Amino acid sequence: MRYLPHTEEEIAAMLAVVGRNSLDELFCSIPDACRFAEEMVLPEALDEWQLTRHFDRLAGSMVVSHRHQVLIGAGRYHHHIPESIRALAGRSEFLTAYTPYQPEISQGTLQAMYEYQTLTARLLGMDVANASVYDGASALAEALLMGLRISRKKSKVAISAATHPHYRQVVRTYLNAAGYEVVELPVGADGRCDLGEAALDEMAAVAIQSPNFFGVIEELTTLGETIHAAGALFVVSFTEPLAYGLLKNPGECGADIACGEGQSLGLPRSFGGAALGMFACRDKFVRNMPGRLVGETVDNQGRRGFVLTLATREQHIRREKATSNICTNQGVCALMAAMFMASLGGTGLRRLARLNYDKAGYGRAVLRRAGARMVWETPTFNEFLVEFPSDFAPVRERLRAEGIVAGLELGRFYPEHAGRYLFCLTETVERATVDKIAEEVQR
Amino acid sequence: MSGTVEANGMIQEEPLLWEKGSRGRQGMSIPAADVPPVELPAELCGAGPDFPDLSEVDVVRHYTRLSAWNYGVDSGLYPLGSCTMKYNPKINERLAATPELAAAHPLLADSEVQGCLELMYGLQEGLAAITGLPGVSLQPAAGAQGELTGMLIFAAWHRSRGSRRNKILIPDTAHGTNPASAALCGFRPVPIASGPDGILTTEAVAAVMDDETVGIMITNPNTLGLFETNIREIAEVVHARGGLVYGDGANMNAVMGVVNPALCGVDVMHLNLHKTFSTPHGGGGPGAGPVCVTAELSRFLPVPRVVRAGNGYRLDEDCPDSVGRVHAFHGNFSVLVRAYGYVLSMGAAFLKRASQLAVLNAAYLKESLKESLPLAYPRPCMHECVFSDGWLHEHNITTLDLAKRLIDYGYHPPTIYFPLVVPGAIMIEPTETESQQDLDRFIAVLKQIVAEARNNPELLRQAPTRAKLGRLDETRAARQPCLCG
Amino acid sequence: MKGFDALLFGEELRYSEDHEWVSTSGETFQVGVSDYAQDQMGDIVYVELPEVGQTFAKGEQFGTLESVKAVSELYLPVGGEIVSVNPALADSPEQINSDPYGSWLVTIKPSDPEELERLLSVAAYRQLLQG
Repeated sequence: MRYLPHTEEEIAAMLAVVGRNSLDELFCSIPDACRFAEEMVLPEALDEWQLTRHFDRLAGSMVVSHRHQVLIGAGRYHHHIPESIRALAGRSEFLTAYTPYQPEISQGTLQAMYEYQTLTARLLGMDVANASVYDGASALAEALLMGLRISRKKSKVAISAATHPHYRQVVRTYLNAAGYEVVELPVGADGRCDLGEAALDEMAAVAIQSPNFFGVIEELTTLGETIHAAGALFVVSFTEPLAYGLLKNPGECGADIACGEGQSLGLPRSFGGAALGMFACRDKFVRNMPGRLVGETVDNQGRRGFVLTLATREQHIRREKATSNICTNQGVCALMAAMFMASLGGTGLRRLARLNYDKAGYGRAVLRRAGARMVWETPTFNEFLVEFPSDFAPVRERLRAEGIVAGLELGRFYPEHAGRYLFCLTETVERATVDKIAEEVQR
Repeated sequence: MSGTVEANGMIQEEPLLWEKGSRGRQGMSIPAADVPPVELPAELCGAGPDFPDLSEVDVVRHYTRLSAWNYGVDSGLYPLGSCTMKYNPKINERLAATPELAAAHPLLADSEVQGCLELMYGLQEGLAAITGLPGVSLQPAAGAQGELTGMLIFAAWHRSRGSRRNKILIPDTAHGTNPASAALCGFRPVPIASGPDGILTTEAVAAVMDDETVGIMITNPNTLGLFETNIREIAEVVHARGGLVYGDGANMNAVMGVVNPALCGVDVMHLNLHKTFSTPHGGGGPGAGPVCVTAELSRFLPVPRVVRAGNGYRLDEDCPDSVGRVHAFHGNFSVLVRAYGYVLSMGAAFLKRASQLAVLNAAYLKESLKESLPLAYPRPCMHECVFSDGWLHEHNITTLDLAKRLIDYGYHPPTIYFPLVVPGAIMIEPTETESQQDLDRFIAVLKQIVAEARNNPELLRQAPTRAKLGRLDETRAARQPCLCG
Repeated sequence: MKGFDALLFGEELRYSEDHEWVSTSGETFQVGVSDYAQDQMGDIVYVELPEVGQTFAKGEQFGTLESVKAVSELYLPVGGEIVSVNPALADSPEQINSDPYGSWLVTIKPSDPEELERLLSVAAYRQLLQG
């Protein structure tokens, strides 16, 4: 086996040093009753070439592949990823390093994380961002737990029903376990969150996703004012951070915590993971923040360097009183996101965000002309919800045969939207594809 | 450029991203607009972030230079105890990048993504075979989230039996994250001291296990690298009082194919795919922390689960007893791909062999170094061995000094000051992918450093002097946090 | 870390077994940590103190001291109401390292001034440290 360097002679020599007669004898402290009686039942080992063929077969069984145009977003977005990022993030100096506990030989990871934190904070308009958490869903759960810690006295939080349905499920899993109550705020007639009658003053924190699950851009500033007036913390979540290249960012809108999924920034869809939980807050809350933080300092000769810092918040030191149990984060994903943000630059990010906005706008116009109805006419970023004049399923089937996966039916998430389709049009979708869909609808 | 330029040779200097670049540069192609602009209401429009504009070359050089300041498993021995820094096979990177898998959208219909589902099912089956525990969820994104999932399952099981309990037993040799994970479920950790030889006694557990206790979290082998020999008896005590046993699988690399966790009495266990199953740690992540459970507890696993359906596979959401969802989609799928590649490459025989060689390497190190450094516990070690700082004190040398001196010899230091039960702990885990020759050089270096500690301790106190930077001022970083540039 | 002989003591102070000191001035008591405590902690980087007006029982946790890699909980040696917290420590927690007996943490109005008598004298505290 090529990963195991030991020859039989070396094994014999090493066993002699440790005073054992066989490899089995090394396990003499393990009672027989704890042991496998026989070999584990696993498939026969494959060599590298067999393994490659096995994966060729798996890949071949994918009815929808990278050759398709998949017009689904809903928390996982298709954007172009420059080859430079794949090449750089694949460098084994980054990939095969552990968490940077020895800063003298981890400055590459540490500086890159410091830069990621900074770019994230700038993108979201916040003071400080951490070095990542698992994904957008657990980031939101962590944000609400953080809000409860800060408020101390309250035990309820509220969350917009236009938040990604899976995120709401994860939030319930995390918060119910700890004995907290999660209240859902309804979607109003314009597709935006309706704070309406909710008793916001009972809430430690209120979380609004924008753009929301339907792609609708929330009026965050107004929502934030109402939430703050009720004495609750204002959490803004997101699944499509690219939007902040064009829209007002959470910080500008008064958010206390901004968190969400960073996959859009240079990560492949990859069946939903690896993901990137982005997490940022105001300076005054930093000691309540979960996750690792990199800070600037100097070495013993006064040279600039970076270290993990404020570790006393974390599980390995504060144990059961820690701000979270998280240790392993999404390091390489954060690295890729930083590379993506650096490659785009401020100018490029704005252009790309604008292009996404315009594509969706074009899609809405063309489908409307084809007889479809937009469920809401409220501005959306790169997603929008459509109702077709007649059953869209057969049309969708025809389009798939031609390599286009046209939208996501929302009945399983929102029964009231059964038969309606959520479309996502990013820069990767050409005008001709949109025209083709409209044509098929009219056929 | 003004002022003089320093001659730093081939240790390249590299400024922060926003200290370079020039407005208007572009580092990636953006498609030309083929649609007309659409009006955006002014009240929604922002200014866009203040990012530097860089060219593709700027970005490539930046990160290439940064990477040169790092040390990875591909650079050399990485003996971090409890972290299992084994070789990360290259083929698995390519497998994770398989275009059909990398482009798969997680909300496609089951029939459209059979390849992804078959892979997940295959990995579930593999992990079930390795742990003896038939129910598997691949959703937890890392070990700590696996622990949380395990504790959620503990809570759900107790609730289903109408029992209300809120204490959890956690030995002092358990993995450090356990108390924080248990606390998220409202459980109050009750510490148990390990016995004089570094392992748990059945009596110590029996003394605290009561009707208010949900169960116990055991790391086995424990963080001292010792097998908890009394595990079965301890599990019996816990089960008899209506509790469950959690196995923290952080150290599974020591016992694959040898120990059957199910036979040890473990009810729930997580595995760290980024440790035992060779996926790269990535300077912090992503990892994956699948959870394996007994048949009885399977109904509590997170949703959705991958199940067989006829000749294919489907995602099953219909599990009313499930603890819910812990991840937006299916966990860190690209990490699962790599781990699946590893399991298929190794098969049962080589996985067992990997554990045997991991233990052999640790035992060899222990035996070769025990005259030079004080051993924490004189028991047979598993995949890692722990030394204490003992006589280093006499020379006013700390464990940290010794660790930093290793850097000057081109090694990543071991885990230090953990586990807490050993004063000035030095915890070495070589893993199975290091050859005897590589270990011999490491042993020689450690012995030389030990001699230096006696003869020229200043060399240790000043170390490292041959890294990009000298020791960093962590106090300053914490007193005046500068977290954002 | 300092040897016993190098440790500083305030002769007029009272001590708790948790290594806090108490001094009296009129109706209020000042509370700080001993030289031994700061030496054990190492460089102190952050102090978390209660709000003025909060009340704590004797032995109740009223704050934390943080070094780079450890958190140490502070327990009030005498029960009472917090009258003031040392404003200088927020920006320069290192004062506790350089001058532990000059760096008071909180001033309290004791609920039972007699509790002072049950704390250790400097001689008894010296003995505690010498084991």
